[in-house]
Amino acid sequence: MSGIPHDHYEPKSNGEKWLHSRLPILGLAYDTLMIPTPKNLNWMWIWGIVLTFTLFLQIITGVVLVMHYTPHVDLAFASVEHIMRDVNGGHMIRYFHMNGASLFFVAVYAHMFRSLYYGSYKAPREVTWIIGMLIFLLMMGTAFMGYVLPWGQMSFHGTAVITGLFGAVPFVGESLQTWLLGASAVGQPALNRFFSLHYLLPFVILGLVIVHIWAFHTTGNNNPTGVEVRRTSKADAEKDTLPFWPYFVIKDLFALAVILAVFMAVVGFMPNYLGHPDNYIEANPLATPAHIVPEWYFLPFYAILRAFDNTVWVVIIAEWVSFGIIDAKFFGVLAMFGAIVVMALAPWLDTSSVRSGRYRPMFKWWFAILVVDFIVLMWVGAMPAEGIYPIIALIGSTYWFAYFLVILPLLGVIEKPTTPPATIEDDFNAHYGSKAASGDTVATPAE
Amino acid sequence: MFRKLTLTAAVALGMAAGTAHAAGDSEVINYDFSFEGPFGSYDTNQLQRGLQVYTEICSACHGLKFVAFRNLSDEGGPMLPEDQMRAYAEFYEVFDPLLFDGEGDFRPATPADKFPESSLSNAPDLSLMAKARAGFHGPYGTGISQFVNGMGGPEYITSLLTGYADEPECAANMEIPMDGYYNTAFAAGGYPEECTYEDGSHKYPGSWISMAPPLYGDDVFYEDGAATDLESVSMDVAAFLMWTAEPKMMARKQAGLTGVIFLTVLSVLLYLTNKRIWAPHKKKD
Repeated sequence: MSGIPHDHYEPKSNGEKWLHSRLPILGLAYDTLMIPTPKNLNWMWIWGIVLTFTLFLQIITGVVLVMHYTPHVDLAFASVEHIMRDVNGGHMIRYFHMNGASLFFVAVYAHMFRSLYYGSYKAPREVTWIIGMLIFLLMMGTAFMGYVLPWGQMSFHGTAVITGLFGAVPFVGESLQTWLLGASAVGQPALNRFFSLHYLLPFVILGLVIVHIWAFHTTGNNNPTGVEVRRTSKADAEKDTLPFWPYFVIKDLFALAVILAVFMAVVGFMPNYLGHPDNYIEANPLATPAHIVPEWYFLPFYAILRAFDNTVWVVIIAEWVSFGIIDAKFFGVLAMFGAIVVMALAPWLDTSSVRSGRYRPMFKWWFAILVVDFIVLMWVGAMPAEGIYPIIALIGSTYWFAYFLVILPLLGVIEKPTTPPATIEDDFNAHYGSKAASGDTVATPAE
Repeated sequence: MFRKLTLTAAVALGMAAGTAHAAGDSEVINYDFSFEGPFGSYDTNQLQRGLQVYTEICSACHGLKFVAFRNLSDEGGPMLPEDQMRAYAEFYEVFDPLLFDGEGDFRPATPADKFPESSLSNAPDLSLMAKARAGFHGPYGTGISQFVNGMGGPEYITSLLTGYADEPECAANMEIPMDGYYNTAFAAGGYPEECTYEDGSHKYPGSWISMAPPLYGDDVFYEDGAATDLESVSMDVAAFLMWTAEPKMMARKQAGLTGVIFLTVLSVLLYLTNKRIWAPHKKKD
């Protein structure tokens, strides 16, 4: 399976041999669990396990919630209250599911920025990155549709706003929106189909997660140095790696337990902190909430959506050049999806020959600004679009695009990277080995 | 018994100096409730007093359609003895569509029935009110205030019930008087242009609410001799409404505490395991 030389599964007992010659499933499990893993992985390499766990948490709690939920405009809100009040343990299951979405996005953003810093998206891992981006898009779709199901005020009016984005598409927008909603406005058809898709998409995500893991098990993990595992011989490979079990399984489980302790505190003591109070008011098409704000994990992209209004010269030019086809609203929609597209194109936009940001002195700073930019966009996305906030949003959005479209391509040309260690073994020994080369002061971010 | 937020103090001080209020600003006082924090729990006596206030005053207009009468005897709630709860339920009449050969008729409520809905169309149902309103915001959209003080639903309800005040002078002399009643904690109502600065910001906190002041102090008589001043009675009913919104709060905090302790122990064990299996490979002296 992996290109790294290692021992393969050998059936021992007669029973194993019998099964192996018919279905090599034990071999698959063995090779997956014992895969050689770079031994210098730091604590930013734990998010994959957290994400896998959260996906199962969401699917399992979700399946139970469906047993008690009613997707009907008159009954949905009451059925959620029924879960909260009358179903055994229902309040915990529902709060796990609700806050599980937040845990999912905390983990996925950490996972993505890990990849962006250590160059995990670069060759030969572009396919892993692209599949990851597809998973991210599906996660956003699933989370959005799940938020509609309690049929609170924010569910209803948030849906109206977000599906309204598709109405901004030139010529076919209105038809597209009607087709998506199954009606001209948010109502029973929309609730039914969002419920259906909210149940379906997690299993599509599960399938993609398997392909995601398959892809990076084929190329091998990246690691903080960005230096590849030596494949010259099994002995060399073993100097750079340790098997996934037990070394990384136990390490990841430890990290997972710590994260879940925090998660449990949020669910137990402040389960509504990350939500919006308006969603405890039953949906009422006639009363629009004063501020329609998406959940926190959508805010950076929501800020980008709103940043490009018709006072921005890029928008004015686009409108003029396209004879008004691309108006400010459609431009905002394009920018929002474009923000994810440019991120997906990172493998081809990054021209640097060095993979890990650890050995890229200029890149480090630009990357740090990107992280701050993301947090600022998240904050400004929650603020009303008035006063100074639109300007902050515009600067933040511009930086997001500039980072991927200008800075990443240019840095590879103008930056002079430092020299990464020759092997992963050298890096590992520099930190932990007794034969550590003195004077090696390579920084270890996020450790 | 309660401490005022520094915000409120700042507003009080600032008002003399002519501080501007952003539209939608309101004064919410950070009252101390027994159920705050990870270890706080409902005060059973207070919930029973709150139920009394709700029954004698609020229920005239407002409903509690998600709460069943049987819940009044639940663990972690007002915990009425069962016979009292049954007697309390019978005090309400509910419409039963199955009676009278399917034509429906009214009958006394049973423990399985829910409280009636609001009897006035513009009186919101109170079941979830304590979760549907946030008393604390910001600062600047950061959520720090909610993190420290909680979402502030019961604080908001108490502040609203005690927040009725005389109209500011700018509103008193208007040709067409404002509809409703001036309330310093209510942000979602009408606000006269006469009371705004040129930039649109409000001179005074709060806005005009349609609900007439429901409580004045000494509105109820408590069997347990607890204080019946306006603030105490408001806090009692706010605590009761927190329970109607989050009846499983005690069970939830218990589960949270158990979970956090269990996961902390598990983390320590996994940390030690991890250290031990990696030790032969990390030859640090």
